Parts: sequence; C-alpha cells; structure tokens
Amino acid sequence: MNNRITNILLVGVGGQGILLAAEVLSEAVLLAGFDVKKSEIHGMSQRGGSVVSHVRYGTEVFSPIVPEGEGDILFGFELMETYRSLPLLKQGGAVVANDLRIAPPSVLMGQEAYPEGVTERIRERFPDFLLLDGQKLAGEAGNVRAANTVLLGAVSRRLDIEEQYWLQALEKMVPKKALEVNKKAFLLGRSSDWSKP
Amino acid sequence: MKKEILSGNEAIARGAYEAGCRVACAYPGTPSTEILENTVNYKEIDSSWAPNEKVALEVAIGASFGGGRALCTMKHVGVNVAADPLFTLSYTGVNGGLVLITADDPEMHSSQNEQDNRNYAKFAKVPMLEPADSQECKEFTRLAFELSEQYDTPVMLRTTTRISHSKSVVTLDERVGGLAEPKLVKNAAKLVMLPGNARVRHPFVEERIKKLSEAGATMAVNRRELRDTSMGIITSGVCYQYVREALPDASTLKLGMVHPLPKALIREFAAQVDKLYVVEELDPFIEEQVRAMGIAVTGKELIPVCGELTPGRIRTAFGLQQPPADSGERLPGRPPNMCPGCPHRGVFFALNQLKAYVTGDIGCYTLGFMPPLSAMDTCVCMGASIGMATGVSKVVSAEEKKRVVAVIGDSTFLHTGINGLMDMVYNNSTSTVVILDNRITAMTGRQDNPASGFTLMDDPSHRIDFPLLCKSLGVKHIRVINPFDLEQTQNVLREEMERPETSVIITDKPCVLVKREGVFQKGPVYAVEVEKCTGCRACLKIGCPAIEWRPAGDGSKKGTAFIDPLLCTGCDVCRQLCKFEAIGRAK
Repeated sequence: MNNRITNILLVGVGGQGILLAAEVLSEAVLLAGFDVKKSEIHGMSQRGGSVVSHVRYGTEVFSPIVPEGEGDILFGFELMETYRSLPLLKQGGAVVANDLRIAPPSVLMGQEAYPEGVTERIRERFPDFLLLDGQKLAGEAGNVRAANTVLLGAVSRRLDIEEQYWLQALEKMVPKKALEVNKKAFLLGRSSDWSKP
Repeated sequence: MKKEILSGNEAIARGAYEAGCRVACAYPGTPSTEILENTVNYKEIDSSWAPNEKVALEVAIGASFGGGRALCTMKHVGVNVAADPLFTLSYTGVNGGLVLITADDPEMHSSQNEQDNRNYAKFAKVPMLEPADSQECKEFTRLAFELSEQYDTPVMLRTTTRISHSKSVVTLDERVGGLAEPKLVKNAAKLVMLPGNARVRHPFVEERIKKLSEAGATMAVNRRELRDTSMGIITSGVCYQYVREALPDASTLKLGMVHPLPKALIREFAAQVDKLYVVEELDPFIEEQVRAMGIAVTGKELIPVCGELTPGRIRTAFGLQQPPADSGERLPGRPPNMCPGCPHRGVFFALNQLKAYVTGDIGCYTLGFMPPLSAMDTCVCMGASIGMATGVSKVVSAEEKKRVVAVIGDSTFLHTGINGLMDMVYNNSTSTVVILDNRITAMTGRQDNPASGFTLMDDPSHRIDFPLLCKSLGVKHIRVINPFDLEQTQNVLREEMERPETSVIITDKPCVLVKREGVFQKGPVYAVEVEKCTGCRACLKIGCPAIEWRPAGDGSKKGTAFIDPLLCTGCDVCRQLCKFEAIGRAK
C-alpha cells in the first residue's frame, strides 16, 4: 500500500489566521478522502508569539507533528518566521511566503534589527519559492484580513486536491458573511504563477 | 457514520456526551481548557467553571454520589490542588461514573513544570487510560465511564498537549440511553470515610487494582502488534504514533491503560521479542515497573527524561540519525507579550520604578517579569504570591520589608489566593497585595469566573465585590485604582508599601480581549508628532506592541517612535511618559 504522507507547515505570528488556514486545509483533504492530522501549540503563543501549525495527510497518518527536515511545503505568513522554520523543510521543499514583516518586541524597542535580506536568503536555500503580497491580493478580494486565504490558494496549486473540495471546506469553516471574500481571495491565490524552478 | 476532524479536547467532550455524562466541571488550564468549552455546547451536560480544581472535583464527586455520570477536567498541576478529594474518592468509589481528565504538558509549552501525572494514578490507586489520537480520546472517555461504574472507581484519563491540541478524524456515535436516573441514596459505609469505614474500603481498593491489572491482559485498548520481533517497544499515548513513524518495523505493545499495567500481557510480549524497550515521555513510569517484574528492559538510558518526544528525538535516541546541527545563526526571538492596552502594563511599570520585590502569580501578568517591565521576582504556583509575600517579609529587614508586594489576578486570587490574604491579616503581615482585576480568566483564553458576572453557560451571575470581600477578611486599607493613570498608580503603591499594615490595591480596568458588550471600550487612537519626538525612547519602556522604534536610517542611534493605529487601543499610558508632549490623540 502506498502511504506517502504530505507534510505541510504553516508558520507566522499569533493572530494572523494561521489556525483557520490549517483548519480549511485539513477539511479539504478529509473531503478528498485522506486521513489527516493537524497539530499546533495554543496558550502562551496567543499573546503575539510565534505559531507553528503542522498538517499531515495520506492513507494513514501516525505522528501529528512533521518530523524535522521532512516538510514538503512551508507556508509562511511572516518573513522572519518563515526563515526561522526552514530547518523543518526537506531538501528541495517548497516555500510560499507572505511579503510581510512584523517586528518582534526587541525590534520594536530598537534593541535588535529585523534581519536583512530574508527573502534572498530563503530563495538561496529553497529555489522553489513563491513570494506573495497577501495583503494586496486580499484587498483586491475585498478584505486585507483574508491574506491567509490568499496564501492557502497559492499552496493549493501544489496539492493534489480538487478545487471543489477546497471550496466546500471554505464553506464549512469560514463564517457566512466572510465567505464570498474568502472564496475570491482563495481563487486569486490559486491563480498565482508558481511554476517549479 | 458522520466523520469530523476534532481536537483531542473536542473529542473528549464528545465522548462524555455520548457516554451520557450529566455534569462537567473544571477550572481552566492549558492544555485542558477547551474540553469544558465544548461540553457546554451539549445541552444535556450541565457545564460549569469552578473557582479551583479542588472544588471542580468535589462538584463532580457530588454528582457521581447522586447517581449521575460526571466529568472533571484540569491541567496537570491542577491535580495537585484536587489531590485531597481524589485520594479519598479512590476509597469511596462512585455511584455514577466519574472521569477525571489530567492534561499534562511535556515541554512546558504553557506551564511552570512538567510533572508526569501517571504517578498520581499509581499513588491514588485508580486506573488511568491514555489515548493516542482524537478517535481514542472519544472512545477512551466512553470506556472510562464504563470502567468507573464496573469497578466502582474514579478513572483518570491522561492527555498531553500534543493529544489535547492536535486534530484528527473522529467517527461520531449517538448518546447512550438507559442509564439509571440519579436519586439520593444513603450509604454511609461507602461514602462517609471515617476510620472505621475507610479501613473496610482500603482492602477493596487493593483488590480492585489487582482485578484491573488482570482484566488489562484482554482489554482491547492494550494492543499487541507483532512485526519484526528483534525489537519490541512498549509505549502509549502520542509516543505510540512517534514510534510507528520513527521505527515502523518494530513490534509494539501499545498500552491504552497505563495504570495498572497488564502484567501478564507484558510478560507474553517480552517473551516474543529479542530486545525490549519502553518509549515514554517524562518519567520511567512503565520502565521501572517492568524492571521490577524481573524483565530486562531499556528505556531512559536512551530516551530523554526532560521535554516532549518527537519522531526525530526517537530516531536520534536509537542512533538512526544525528541530532539537528545548530546553524549558529541567531534571529530576534518572538516571545509572548502583554497586548496593546493591557491594564497590567502600568502597574508593572510603577513597580519597576519603585524597585519593588514582587512575589508573582500565574496569569498573563506573569509576563511582567520580561523586559522592559522586569518587575516580577517569583512565580511558583496558583495563589502562591500572597503567602510568599508574608513569608519573605518575616525574614528580611524592616527597610526591605517595605519593598515586598504580592501581585495576583482576579481569577487566581479566587482560586487559592484568598487563603493567603486571610493568613496575611490574621498573622499581622505588613505586605501589600495588588489584585489585578481584569474581570476575566485571561491567559487561558477568556473564561468567566466568580468575579466576571457570568457563568460558563452564559447565565448572568453574582459578581464578587473585591473591596467588600477584602474588608470582610479584615483588610483595613483597600484602594481601588485606575492602572492607566501612572501617577495615581505609583503614588498609591508607594503609600501602601510604606504602611506597616496589610493593604490591598485593586485595579479596575478590564482585559482588552473581553468581547462581552460594555466591558472593554476602545478609546481614541494615539499618534506621535514626529516634529516633537526627540527620540528619547521613554515611551519604549512600557514594551507596548503598538509602539515601534523607527531608526533615522543614517546609521546613527537616532530615530523616532511610531504608534501603529491598528494596534493602539487609546489606553493613554504612553502619553503620560512623554515629557515633550509628542504623543496625543491622532488627528
């Protein structure tokens, strides 16, 4: 039996909608008939700390966390957090990152500098890299807060899940009043040009 | 059959519902909190927050004695608080099934220690189940209620953060019917644990645990999976998943019941494999018992005692991969922080300025120990701040004594801090106590408590009057302050620290995350007038996430402050720190 597991990591800062994106992703792969597990840490991280969510799917998934260095796709909502999590990715893995910098406390207070050249350093190690202005595309869809769904749309290009399941998952997980905007945001992300290098 | 993706906590709530549970009671604590936040969605279950874990368990015990099935949930350290009723509950046994969930936190993602609560099951002589995914969370919760009634015992179910907060696919079933209706039945010999009765119950407890160990050999939850028999691994919980990932060919004995151990089954498994291992997080709980059976076993000499396991850590332990190399690169950290507009910020700023020695407590305000506020000196457990202030004041000089201040949140004060305050008054302590009343249990995600005015089921309820409560305990000096007024906060603190009597200062601004209408009101947004900003950095000393230092960009140390209008709540604290009147309402 082929039990190829697909390992996806979603990283960013508390409050960016990472959990919702991970829920929609999990729901879509379940609808497509896969076993799925998702794991992240709540609690202290809600107060503006780093967030890492793991989603794994396949015929039968054991561990809810992605073994270090086995991630297939890293899906970053903030640049420094994306860079921080690169060791979770396998050699030749793919990175989709939101072009957004959120300063951590030490940078806000002027004690440390936000690292320079993050996007270049990511591309150097992982050439299969898509940088998206999630906020801008979400704004085009009708609400800048839907940037998480734009990124999900971009990631969906690389996953073997039919479009209908993605849309059904959005219908199930997103509140009704935000659904149309999120569908638009998803399709904008999904239409992004992301061909393998 | 309906399938859903549920977290371990959601699945436990579902399991309790399906098992016909009538009462669920808890004190919130990560990673257990969401269980009660989900039982409350089932109208058949009376769900409530108790002021602490001891009361929560006592409510569940009462429900069980009355004949109803009852669930009680808490984080690992909560069981320390509930241990008193737990140990004697083991003797009385139950009427309606009683299940106690302990949610442990290996790696201390959100806790002050990583105690292994499997030890409690052995200590209290009660069975413990340990699920390995959400489906098992649901099934084992149902089984726990059945075992509880069948063996006349409370049953503990242990999760860890990775089980409670991970989601996986669960098949839903219907709620069971046909359970006996609760009613009052007198049975003093069983339920009144005076020495004469307790002496009769103790042998029953010993016999019960023996029977459970024997039954464990054929329980479906204890599952032997023979693959390559050169290596046999005894494991349980999420570690089973990691073992299957890291060592897919090894034979496994997966224990769904981790106390009492099914000794006969362990002997059989040990005889079927060439080399026996135990893979378990934290203590060598299974390993030591297997070794005491006279069976050669390898465990903690390979597997770390500290922290949680991962597939990678198990591979490393078995020599299958190298530990990840440290790249040497350091990125700025991103620790949690108090929210913009948090009412705790001004208090800790003032305590820092006054060079107070702050005995701290458990809540969002524990973050007051972090720079730049750096105004917390101790944090041990829920409610400890007040007793520790009394104690430290007993040993230091009269001059140093004045600097001692206990800081505690509303929910933590009601949890176990109130006893400390009683003691402080009774024994004539001179310390100062600050009750940070933000009207919610904030750290765990905004749960109601006896001072919020609402119940878990969202019914309006009495809201405790802190000044009146403190007065009734005998506190003579009670001051209510606005923590956003820095001058008032600092002056009142200074006066009360100086006073050679017990005093209590109560802050009265709500948590910015409270969503209930009329509690938190966002004020007008503030902005920095760049022309007036001298770049003195005074406003950065409160560590507000809405204030950012923007370097001039010419390579010098110069720069100006900037307030993010999307994050600012208009609390006014930064304006009071600016000597140059560069901060004001945004135009």
